[in-house]
Amino acid sequence: MTAFTLSTSARPRHLLDFQGWSRERLTALLDNADTMSQVLDRPVRKVPALQGLTVCTAFFENSTRTRVSFELAARRMSADVVSFAAGASSLSKGESLRDTVEVLTAYKVDAYVVRHHAAGAAHLVARYSGKPVINAGDGRRSHPTQALLDAYTVRQEFGTLEGLTVAIVGDVRHSRVARSNAELLPKLGAKVVLCGPATLLPEGLAALPGVTLTTDPREAVRGAHAVMALRLQQERMDAGYLASLQEYADTYQVNESLMREAESGAIALHPGPMNRDLEISSDVADGPRSRIVRQVENGQAVRMSVLYHLLVGRE
Amino acid sequence: MTQLTITNIKRPGSERLESITVENGVIQGWNLGELGEVVDGQGGTVAPALIELHAHLREPGQTEKEDLASGLAAAAAGGYGTVVSMPNTLPVVDDPATVRALIERAEGLGLARLKPAAALTKGQQGEQLAELTYLKEAGAVMFTDDGRTNENARVLRLGLEYARSLGMVVSVHAEDASLRADGVMNEGPVSEELGLPGNPAAAEAARVARDLEIVAQTGGRLHVQHLSTARALDLVREAKARGLPVTCEVCPHHLTLTDEALRSFDAIYKVAPPLRTRADADHLLKGLLDGTVDCLATDHAPHTRAEKERDLLSAPSGIAYIEIAFPLMWTRFGERLGLEKLLDLMTGAPARVMGWPEPTLEEGAPADLVVLDLGTEREVNPAEFRSKAKFTPWAGETLRGWPTLTVVHGKVAFRREG
Ligand SMILES: [Zn+2]
Repeated sequence: MTAFTLSTSARPRHLLDFQGWSRERLTALLDNADTMSQVLDRPVRKVPALQGLTVCTAFFENSTRTRVSFELAARRMSADVVSFAAGASSLSKGESLRDTVEVLTAYKVDAYVVRHHAAGAAHLVARYSGKPVINAGDGRRSHPTQALLDAYTVRQEFGTLEGLTVAIVGDVRHSRVARSNAELLPKLGAKVVLCGPATLLPEGLAALPGVTLTTDPREAVRGAHAVMALRLQQERMDAGYLASLQEYADTYQVNESLMREAESGAIALHPGPMNRDLEISSDVADGPRSRIVRQVENGQAVRMSVLYHLLVGRE
Repeated sequence: MTQLTITNIKRPGSERLESITVENGVIQGWNLGELGEVVDGQGGTVAPALIELHAHLREPGQTEKEDLASGLAAAAAGGYGTVVSMPNTLPVVDDPATVRALIERAEGLGLARLKPAAALTKGQQGEQLAELTYLKEAGAVMFTDDGRTNENARVLRLGLEYARSLGMVVSVHAEDASLRADGVMNEGPVSEELGLPGNPAAAEAARVARDLEIVAQTGGRLHVQHLSTARALDLVREAKARGLPVTCEVCPHHLTLTDEALRSFDAIYKVAPPLRTRADADHLLKGLLDGTVDCLATDHAPHTRAEKERDLLSAPSGIAYIEIAFPLMWTRFGERLGLEKLLDLMTGAPARVMGWPEPTLEEGAPADLVVLDLGTEREVNPAEFRSKAKFTPWAGETLRGWPTLTVVHGKVAFRREG
């Protein structure tokens, strides 16, 4: 494992979002993910890097896919894994998030992977546990490993992110994936265009560097090297954000006709799980531009790289 | 007969050391000699005790957060002689028996005076008026559905009309609940970046605009609680220029903190209405200086520590800092406001809002007074709080202007040792 490149200067202790993460360090994370994918291609997909360490996946909100991806990533590096699952409401009455975390920490956990329905919950776990925390999705706020695997997938395609444009189309308002990508990609030299109906496109996000907003999907994908469709929660219609799912699909669906407006080699992404033929058409999802399966594969390598980065080589 | 003399005190604006004697709850006079029990004022500045128009004392029903004893002790420690308590308890204070019981309980405590507000509507459900006449007779001093917003405009109209006939003030938490939706902080670039659901400034302004039109129609006396936005304040300013019978309050936390504080994801900063922008805070301060803001109120809203250690979506709104409200204001804004103005915002002005006699230190006035140490710096240590909520955004900060002695009803309700 000595091939991993880690610089020693001021390493962030947690991956909560990308604050405090330099371009150099983010690039090192992605470079390490290359090495990790090679591990995943071997006949025995296991290395001893995290032997003796215990990683706790604390999921206060359900997400089997993300949990499995993290747990496999930890196990492939020989970590012990303990998983704690609780809906926020099932916390016994009067027990705070802090109480829960202190109990888990008493079990001698070395790192946390936290999923929670509330923005900032992973920050609180970091504060209360004092252990490295990886944010596996907190409310609308952040899903940094998803953004890293998205960036990794695009970089794999084009060799770099510098000078690229990534269009993200859909329910931007409620999307931690959109927020995380909008934070990460500009740090790596790419431009981000966020697109969706005005009710789902908060103007405040235009303040982020390297990010532009548009309600016009054609304008959004013009010149884009990657187009990401976001999952649309059907209940947004009941909450009044949309007139109808049909109107949404007719206007904002990432389909072949929209993809033709993008750069000729443009790829299509989706953070999953997909509503086929709602936010993305099946012909794009299953077509030659799709890198959706690749994203899932890359997720494991990226998560191995993140765990390694936070847990190995610090005193 | 109880007689008490406080020596070595200064009147605001004077450097002369004097003494004041109080007897049977009334100010007997100045410089009469050391009559009765003698307390050394240690060179502090004396003023009529502060008046809080907006505090949540949580009794009955939520005494794990606060109760009359802890809340009124906290108030006395903060220099307050009178506290108007909010009725959003369990059960809601919407019947005369509960009002009487609260007043009786508080009288035995020898702390700050309790003046309960009662619910405007039964159960604070916003549908049917409470028995306002009986509530007034029982000792309620104000009607409010605070803790809830008055969604039904017609019911508010009826309430203002009815309260007007009783010579009573209706106070409102002015916020359009449908515009607020699931917002937990100010809506703006910070909430978008943090991914937290926003509560737009328009939720407050829209509701204030609606309520002011109802005031214009009914002539009822409206007091707008805890204004947080520049726009809503401007609406109140315009209404006052029109001559409408409206008053408003601002809370020190809305003057001193902004939505940037939520970057910590610490629910201690979750309040309703939410912390707004720097521009809003500056505008509120301007309103304080130009007289648009009638008075200060803390919206003392204690919760348990466990509740505040939840995430920002599930933690309850509210902070409790009645014990440091004056030092906080004096340290931050003393120079801009001046002592006289600041004291008025916390004593005379709340009394005028309520239609109570102007508090004074003259002979014959009620012996409710506070001695303030305006110079000595002291660190905020929440462990010393009398409130059950022993945490605050200002923990560890150095403040000046600490109350050292609070006298209520002619008796010592609080004395700071050391
Ligand atoms: Zn309120």
